[in-house]
Amino acid sequence: MTSIGTGYDLSASTYSPDGRIFQVEYANKAVENSGTAIGLKVKDGVVIAVEKLVHSKLLVPGANRRIQTVDRHIGLATAGLPADGRTIANRARDETANYRDFYRSPPPLQAIVERVGQFVQVYTLYSSVRPFGVSTILGAVDKNGPALYVIEPSGVFFGYHGAAVGKGRQLAKTELEKLKLSELTAREAVIEAARIIYLVHEDAKEKEFELEMSWIGPETNGIHLPVPKDLFDEAESKAKEALTSGLE
Amino acid sequence: MDHFPTNWGRPRNDAVDLYNTFPIHQRPSNVPKDAFSAGIQHTQQPIVTGTSVLAIKFKDGVMMAADNLASYGSLARFRNIQRLCPVGEHTVLGAGGDMGDFQYIQAILDELIIDEFAAGDGHTLGPKEVHNYLSELMYARRSKMNPLWNALLVGGFKDGERFLAFVDLLGTTYSASTLATGYGAHIAQPLLRSAVEGREDTLTEDEARKILEESMRVLFYRDARSLDQYQIATITAKGVDISESRKLETAWSFAEGIRGYGAQTQ
Repeated sequence: MTSIGTGYDLSASTYSPDGRIFQVEYANKAVENSGTAIGLKVKDGVVIAVEKLVHSKLLVPGANRRIQTVDRHIGLATAGLPADGRTIANRARDETANYRDFYRSPPPLQAIVERVGQFVQVYTLYSSVRPFGVSTILGAVDKNGPALYVIEPSGVFFGYHGAAVGKGRQLAKTELEKLKLSELTAREAVIEAARIIYLVHEDAKEKEFELEMSWIGPETNGIHLPVPKDLFDEAESKAKEALTSGLE
Repeated sequence: MDHFPTNWGRPRNDAVDLYNTFPIHQRPSNVPKDAFSAGIQHTQQPIVTGTSVLAIKFKDGVMMAADNLASYGSLARFRNIQRLCPVGEHTVLGAGGDMGDFQYIQAILDELIIDEFAAGDGHTLGPKEVHNYLSELMYARRSKMNPLWNALLVGGFKDGERFLAFVDLLGTTYSASTLATGYGAHIAQPLLRSAVEGREDTLTEDEARKILEESMRVLFYRDARSLDQYQIATITAKGVDISESRKLETAWSFAEGIRGYGAQTQ
């Protein structure tokens, strides 16, 4: 970034002469430093997995969750500043509550993503605030079937079949592209998700991490729930197996 | 006949219909409106109403019954209304009174349950919590002189414990092993008490269902705002089960022998 020190990066309300907003780009840097999060939209559901880097052995296992629940049928994972991630989740919850209050029905994910995206975008307009340092993966099974979106710090959002954000996103994306996502079941996708997170982590030679996984599918009755222990353990051991056989 | 002695000798109040044909419409009035009360109008009476809800404790939990009718005054207006609703995984709410207010309460509770689910902290709301929340809600609304016009029964089973309690539009609460709202509080409650009290820990599910069915039948014979279609909710350690709508067996042949009822031939 050659423009550092030119003064155009001090405020989100100032463009650089070539039309960029540096504060938003710095927010993306905050995301890139975070553990990877991935989302898989498959035939009958959605799976979300997170590589949660654990920076201290003194932390209670399971603390500082990065997958959060928005509504019965909507889950979200963030990569970036954990506190910003919680703000986004709280806003998403408020928006689902508002949607339900207004329309008396469970919100389709797109409606919520549009609102949260607008909320994030507003933080790129003013010098008094900083943009959110998170990219958010939102997954749901709604009246239109499975849905998966990513909201970036700029406020833009796209729908995906498979999504990856955070440090290992490049490798994770190439792994996701190899899968036939529209043919997998949610159960199969859990196995793949765990494998990808383990692979991405090994590639980066990072410190300790915890795997976090949640899913929405026929086996959860369309509700966003943590992956049950037996399936979680199976996926984790298969992921470790795949790693060792891959290294040999 | 006005049975309330405090009303005797006072001017007649046309806004109150003692002969049970409410809701009656607001009469045109030439009297200037009170400037203070004209701006905000609060609920004065229920409009679309449900009648009794019955509930009893039994060996394995709690059972509740309510018919499927929502009346508009004396008109049997909606005949497929559900007056029992699950709240979370351990609780059933049954409502008499204004059905619009009841549906509003359901929306509030749904949001509450979603908030608790989204917290994902491993805790869920049980019947005790739901009942206490409702009592606070009802009392707060009556304190604003704008009550939610319902009598509610909250029944549930959580952590090996049965729970059954009442709360109404005033925020009044009480608990017993048999409860009934509305007309059922007069007609069915004595039947339930004699059938259940002292036997809460031995009554089987089938026996409990029979007791409620018999009480619903008596209510259908006696309560002019009731319906012969009703549902039964069973809450046990296994969770909540609300039955499909079922129909009461009733016999009306005796009616022909009553003089002054139907066509008289002699």
